[in-house]
Amino acid sequence: MNSRLRSALRLLPQYLGDHVLLSAAALALGIALSLPLLIAARRSAQVRWPVLAAASLIQTVPGIALLALFYPLLLGLSALTHRLLGWRLPALGFLPSLLALTLYSILPILRNGITAILNLEPAILQAARGVGMTSRQRLLRVELPLSAPMLMAGVRTSAVWVIGTATLATPVGQTSLGNYIFTGLQMEDWVWVLFGCGAAVALALATDQLLALIEFGLARRRPALAWLGLAVLLAGVGAAAAPLHAQSRGGYVVGAKNFSEQYILASLIARRIRATGHPVTERTGLGSSLAFQALAANELDVYVDYSGTLWDDVLHRTSRPSRQRMLRELRTSLRRRYGVELLGALGYENAYVLAMRRGEADALDIHTIAQLARAAPHLTLGADLEFFARPVWKALERRYGLHFRALRQYEPTFMYHALMSREVDVIAAFSSDGRIRADHLVVLQDPLHVIPPYDAVLLLSPHRAHDPLLRRALEPLIGAIPIALMRRANYRVDRPRHKRSPRQAAEWLAHAAHLR
Amino acid sequence: MIALQGVSKSFDGGATYAVRDITLEVPSETFLAVVGDSGSGKTTLLKTINRLIEPEAGEVFIDGKPVHATPAHSLRRRIGYVFQGVGLFPHTSIAENIGITPRLIGWPEKAVRARVEELIDLVSLPRAYLTRRPAELSGGERQRVGIARALAARPNILLMDEPFGALDPVTREALGSECRRLHESMRLTTVMVTHDILEGVLLAERIVVMRHGRIVADGEPHALLCGHDDPAVRALMDMPRRQAARVRALLEERSA
Repeated sequence: MNSRLRSALRLLPQYLGDHVLLSAAALALGIALSLPLLIAARRSAQVRWPVLAAASLIQTVPGIALLALFYPLLLGLSALTHRLLGWRLPALGFLPSLLALTLYSILPILRNGITAILNLEPAILQAARGVGMTSRQRLLRVELPLSAPMLMAGVRTSAVWVIGTATLATPVGQTSLGNYIFTGLQMEDWVWVLFGCGAAVALALATDQLLALIEFGLARRRPALAWLGLAVLLAGVGAAAAPLHAQSRGGYVVGAKNFSEQYILASLIARRIRATGHPVTERTGLGSSLAFQALAANELDVYVDYSGTLWDDVLHRTSRPSRQRMLRELRTSLRRRYGVELLGALGYENAYVLAMRRGEADALDIHTIAQLARAAPHLTLGADLEFFARPVWKALERRYGLHFRALRQYEPTFMYHALMSREVDVIAAFSSDGRIRADHLVVLQDPLHVIPPYDAVLLLSPHRAHDPLLRRALEPLIGAIPIALMRRANYRVDRPRHKRSPRQAAEWLAHAAHLR
Repeated sequence: MIALQGVSKSFDGGATYAVRDITLEVPSETFLAVVGDSGSGKTTLLKTINRLIEPEAGEVFIDGKPVHATPAHSLRRRIGYVFQGVGLFPHTSIAENIGITPRLIGWPEKAVRARVEELIDLVSLPRAYLTRRPAELSGGERQRVGIARALAARPNILLMDEPFGALDPVTREALGSECRRLHESMRLTTVMVTHDILEGVLLAERIVVMRHGRIVADGEPHALLCGHDDPAVRALMDMPRRQAARVRALLEERSA
């Protein structure tokens, strides 16, 4: 079997289990919320209209935005509960995903239920009154049983939506089958992307078929079939919950942003903590600024960030001190303002650099950003999704007077393709990326030193700042990774052929850096 | 005894009245037919008796007690009602349909089962039907179940709203006679709404004719057939006679 497929399969129990639990919880909560709304809406148009309108409105919000919006919302709530009650709500991971998916699940259930109840035959409803049923008896003995098949059809639609949308929970820190898709997309590993899609589709189909069995049982008044379907569904959820239960609490949580180097480093860190005999959870694929906030809120215990990013985006500084001074100031400021511990630098930089194809750079005689500024009005710049919002871009634009013909945004992987296929002429690349050398790119000099140093640094959460075990496990990493090794490790994951998984690359890196 | 005193009901806030100032007494064990064109208010009148419709003015009494003194659902459990559209519950068996009101009242399960079997015999359906669903029965069979359901909790009063309207003539005639038989054997007070004057004449011992929400004639079938001051009532009551005469003429023509 293909080694990438094997590495994907190894993660399946965790990813699938988390995906099932999240979807099941959201669907169950969705049903629990929809039924009272349905009962309230069945007689009163004043309730029906706003409830349906609200549910429809939620449905039009793109899934990933809905998930993302719950993060700041919960963060605010968390600050409030902390002040009032002394405990914090988790703003990342399961809770925001659950809430967003629950909202998503309501519309199909509600709409089908209301349609079913409103379309019940008037003769039957009148007969229910005529034989002497109370309002409650009519609901329980006639209206709900007769609406049940159509209501179940709504639950089926909802289940398929929820399982599909749950793949988008990965960027807010909830492990799901989306981890395959997001990681695969970053590493240009289509086996992983397909594997994630396939697993989500299979899960959705299986769930849909079991719910169909329940629906059939209800429609044909064969309760045994309905119970059978329900039992298999519950058994599936139970099986998904089993590994979670076995997982001991109090393990370490290692975070990673959403690109290959971060996956490799998270795997490397996890490997070292695991070697001490402690359980580790990896939360990968986090948005860039989300990762720091999660660490400061103790939802992550450790991850790797970059000094220039912290300097510009977290501390909002505009000065450009030397590498060493920046590290010193970061350490004291982060500790003072967030309680976050900067354990140390890994030894290499992953800076933003502007890079061009060698041929074009030579032809235009461009070797520095200052030279680039002259030709820029005829050129197109490609960058990742965050670059143009970053202070470093604003500074570059201003200091060098850069005005490009056009700016384009890409997933990092596609950015390199765009450069090689001449869709763009210049890219904002990453200095530790193996593809710079592999693609023979020219990195332009920055004579005005506008781009800050981007030392990779290990950050510990406030709660773990003085954790002796974590320090002992991670201190050997400080200064241990030279840029050449990191580039080669990255390239093992990013290269188009003979791809390795981040975990394999982390193993290679540990070996190559003599970390045993 | 059922008594209506000055009962009025409007569905449009008083612009028009479905029934207007109806006063009517139905002595116990009477079979009363309420006839009239569609829109004449006969179904509205029927529904005020078991509070499926609440009148705006006036009062309905059963055995001297105002109906609104009893909660609607418990009132309805004591009054059998046969619906125009039958209205059997499609998701339950015939046995469950027939036994619904006794169960709502809280009869012991054994008594309910015995009563269900007694009723299926009474409306002349095979007991094998008890486990079937309404959809598996013909229209006539379903209405027999509807009648059995109405009678299950041993009511003294049976209200029927166009009970045989959707049936073929043969079934219609047979069910009509059975209803009359049940009315007598169970000593019911029966009020039947129908637009078929012949049906009323043949089954009831008293006929009320309604038009525009008011009672325009009230009497025994024989008396009404023999003539009435109101020309519209006369025209209506002439119809069965004319039909009978035409049938007789047709028969005589052939035998001559």
